[in-house]
Amino acid sequence: MSEKTVQSLSEVTIRFAGDSGDGMQLTGTQFTNTTAILGNDLSTLPDYPAEIRAPAGTLFGVSGFQIHFGSMEIHTPGDQCDVLVAMNAAALKVNLVSLIDGGTIIVNTDGFNDKNLKLSGYKENPLRNGSLDRYRVFEVDITKLTALALQDLNLSSKMVDRSKNFFALGMMYWMYNRPMEPTIEWINGKFVNKPEIKEANLRVLKAGWNYGETTEIFAVRYEVGPAKLAPGRYRNITGNQAVAWGMMAAAKKANLELFLGSYPITPASDILHELSIYKQFGVKTFQAEDEIAGICSALGASFGGALGVTTTSGPGVALKSEAIGLAVMVELPLVIVNVQRGGPSTGLPTKTEQSDLLQALYGRNGEAPVPIVAASTPADCFDAVFEASRLALKFMTPVFCLTDGYLGNGSEPWLIPDYNSLPDIACSFRKDAEGFFPYLRDEQTLARPWVIPGTPGLEHRIGGLEKQHITGNVSYDPANHELMTKLRAEKVERIADDIPPATVEGDDHGEVLVVGWGGTYGAIKTAVMRHRQKGHSVSHLHLRYVNPMQKNVGEILYRFKHILVPELNLGQLVKVLRAKYLVPATGLNKIQGLPFKAIEIEKKIDEILKGNA
Amino acid sequence: MNTLVEDTLKATAIDQPKYSAKDFQSDQDVRWCPGCGDYSILAQTQRVMPELGIPKHKMVFVSGIGCSSRFPYYMNTYGFHSIHGRATAIASGLKMARPDLSVWVVTGDGDGMSIGGNHFIHLMRRNIDVNVLLFNNQIYGLTKGQYSPTSEKGKITKSTPYGSLDYPFNPASLALGASATFVARSLDRDPRHMQTIIRRAADHRGTSFVEIYQNCNVFNDGAFYQFTEKESKDESVVFIEHGKPLVFGKEKDKGIRLNGFSPEVVSLKDGSWSVSDLLVHDEKDTTLSFILADMTYKPGLPRPVGIFLALDRPVYEEEMVRQINFAQEKQSDGDMAKLLNSGDTWIVQ
Repeated sequence: MSEKTVQSLSEVTIRFAGDSGDGMQLTGTQFTNTTAILGNDLSTLPDYPAEIRAPAGTLFGVSGFQIHFGSMEIHTPGDQCDVLVAMNAAALKVNLVSLIDGGTIIVNTDGFNDKNLKLSGYKENPLRNGSLDRYRVFEVDITKLTALALQDLNLSSKMVDRSKNFFALGMMYWMYNRPMEPTIEWINGKFVNKPEIKEANLRVLKAGWNYGETTEIFAVRYEVGPAKLAPGRYRNITGNQAVAWGMMAAAKKANLELFLGSYPITPASDILHELSIYKQFGVKTFQAEDEIAGICSALGASFGGALGVTTTSGPGVALKSEAIGLAVMVELPLVIVNVQRGGPSTGLPTKTEQSDLLQALYGRNGEAPVPIVAASTPADCFDAVFEASRLALKFMTPVFCLTDGYLGNGSEPWLIPDYNSLPDIACSFRKDAEGFFPYLRDEQTLARPWVIPGTPGLEHRIGGLEKQHITGNVSYDPANHELMTKLRAEKVERIADDIPPATVEGDDHGEVLVVGWGGTYGAIKTAVMRHRQKGHSVSHLHLRYVNPMQKNVGEILYRFKHILVPELNLGQLVKVLRAKYLVPATGLNKIQGLPFKAIEIEKKIDEILKGNA
Repeated sequence: MNTLVEDTLKATAIDQPKYSAKDFQSDQDVRWCPGCGDYSILAQTQRVMPELGIPKHKMVFVSGIGCSSRFPYYMNTYGFHSIHGRATAIASGLKMARPDLSVWVVTGDGDGMSIGGNHFIHLMRRNIDVNVLLFNNQIYGLTKGQYSPTSEKGKITKSTPYGSLDYPFNPASLALGASATFVARSLDRDPRHMQTIIRRAADHRGTSFVEIYQNCNVFNDGAFYQFTEKESKDESVVFIEHGKPLVFGKEKDKGIRLNGFSPEVVSLKDGSWSVSDLLVHDEKDTTLSFILADMTYKPGLPRPVGIFLALDRPVYEEEMVRQINFAQEKQSDGDMAKLLNSGDTWIVQ
């Protein structure tokens, strides 16, 4: 056994890439969980095609998983990767662009046969023609080594092939000094009833580790120490899981039953999957026949006194629009989670985008204001949806909670909140028939009373026709319609009295204010931090609430010379800010189905500071 | 754990009141056109409700859009006048969240069969305990007279001046095809029959579907006269009843027998056939229900009216609650703090 040098690093970005059937998402998730347990800060970016098993070896079938981890604070999945694990030629071709100069490539040489090269459009083998000279390339015949490790097990070649991702994982565990135990435990649990597969995966994982340990080709191992995070108990969490748990927590804190009406849609389905597990919490999940029935069943459940929620992505919201308008009219609580993806139409189902903001704000017939809460990181999805639920219940209104594919599938370490210290959500049903009118509003919030069927003496009818002020009877009176339209708008506006003021990261005045919302948080924060480290006058305002906006947003904007609004769309928030505050805000827009790189925002800030924007 | 709903219901519980039909009339003026068949359906429903032994504050009428969908405003119960075609979906969610309620959907041939067709069939197969009353007038009334999915082919309307090309749905067959457990048909002009059917629908565990032939005297007057008026009714309608042979005709001189799988009309007068040769209805027999419902548009056969099928099958929301109870017995009530801290966690000092 050779002596290996151990080198210490403060941060690393690794990208696993292979065929969509190669198990790269699983490899990445396992590496992430182990890394989280080691106490690194981290951020991940799963990047996979919409096809479940695209033809093997093709460029469009490449599935990738990027993890950025370190002993320092990590806010993005990494602009570029330091290490690329490529299971075949197509994976190399697609992902080489993300690798830093001088970066490390670990290739499975078996994935570079003539067929692979042809499918990925390589005229000659990139491993042989010197085109990778500026990288450190490690060639490993992962397929063959996997087969050797399993040769006495008599497994089908297909099954052997399926295990090779564990070889890559074992190798990377060795290289970055991570324990195999968490994954061993996971394999033992997952394949408890499939002893053959269990044995194969365990063997291959260990073979990968041992290969790193014994082979001469790897001379260096790396050590990434734990990050200095705030003290407490942590777990790794994805945005979709955080949404599910946040909803459960909100329902419990309001002492209500949680009812989810939903229809499977990428990238939101995992929320439905997650909530379906927790029957012991009394959660009712309903996989409806379509998006419309998803939201309508949730609204029906809200009428009955449950916390009704529906989860979807952009195309689903389009279908739900009429029912959202109904919820606005009947003034019942309802939470609509949109895990945004690339649009329009079917668009890019597995890619992230922020292009549904204006849909959430305005995408309904009539004057139909709906509050919007936006999550900024995967773990923040918990707080965002908890807050959306609180507002829905307090103000008797549908509320949008916007996340996106990057937040939903991405993960980060989460300082687990003390559940008991989370605030209760005050909630009550009207019981008293004396002086009851369905649309007699609370003076402060303008919310109407919530009366559940089953309460004697309070029988009443609600519906989508315009309501008479106070009595709730159907009314076509012109003046009443104007009054009710204004009341519904005013009710949503009054939420601004109920939420904390916006806070600026950095100085509260200066040259450049970068304003963001949603999943761009990490990239903006990183870019702004880099400028501040250079002493530049740059600050960051990230909007938790897009409708209504916090009361001090205007004042903050006016205290900066330049306002930059990076968004993964053609400029939606920037339009709203310009219209509402009459400020000359500039957009930075990216519509590639991918999150911002910090460097892209950093450069734009540079231009503004130099007066070139 | 008692939820806020349970606490509220407990705090407001009252003894079962004694009702008359009047108790179910709301304070709203009924605004259907004079002479509309909907009036009769409203009256029969209000007459049946007091007999069900369900307090009116436990009843919810949910509707979509259309003339029929104004129904909830006129019932002094809880009500939800929703959006076009979606009443079935809203009612499904309500009943799943609140199995203790008696939930009714009032819909029409446009609302239920056209825009709401998808939700309709899925409600049927799931067998959620919701009662659906479909007022079939074979026309769009509220939008002023376009043909509907149950209009006869060739119908001349404002949107089909050359005659409609659509072949009509037979709602009963559609419901049966969607695996409904209770399927019936009644007539706006036959109050007593309607009351019986509504009562049976209310008592049925699982989704009950009642199609009611309803006259729209403004846009489709007389669409069902053949089946509802004295002169023609006896010869044109066969009332199907569980355990009874299918006899019809003014003189009770005709019957339906099965020739293979095909029903045919036979005369009981000339001595070649007797009542014992006739088809005897069995409302538990799914195959038979298809055959009877299929008589609907067949020339030469009387229109079948009554209960086609009344089948016991597990009820959706009860099974949902059973799964929850099972999980709670096995894993005890959910402890949120424990869940947040479950699985792989680590401590940063």
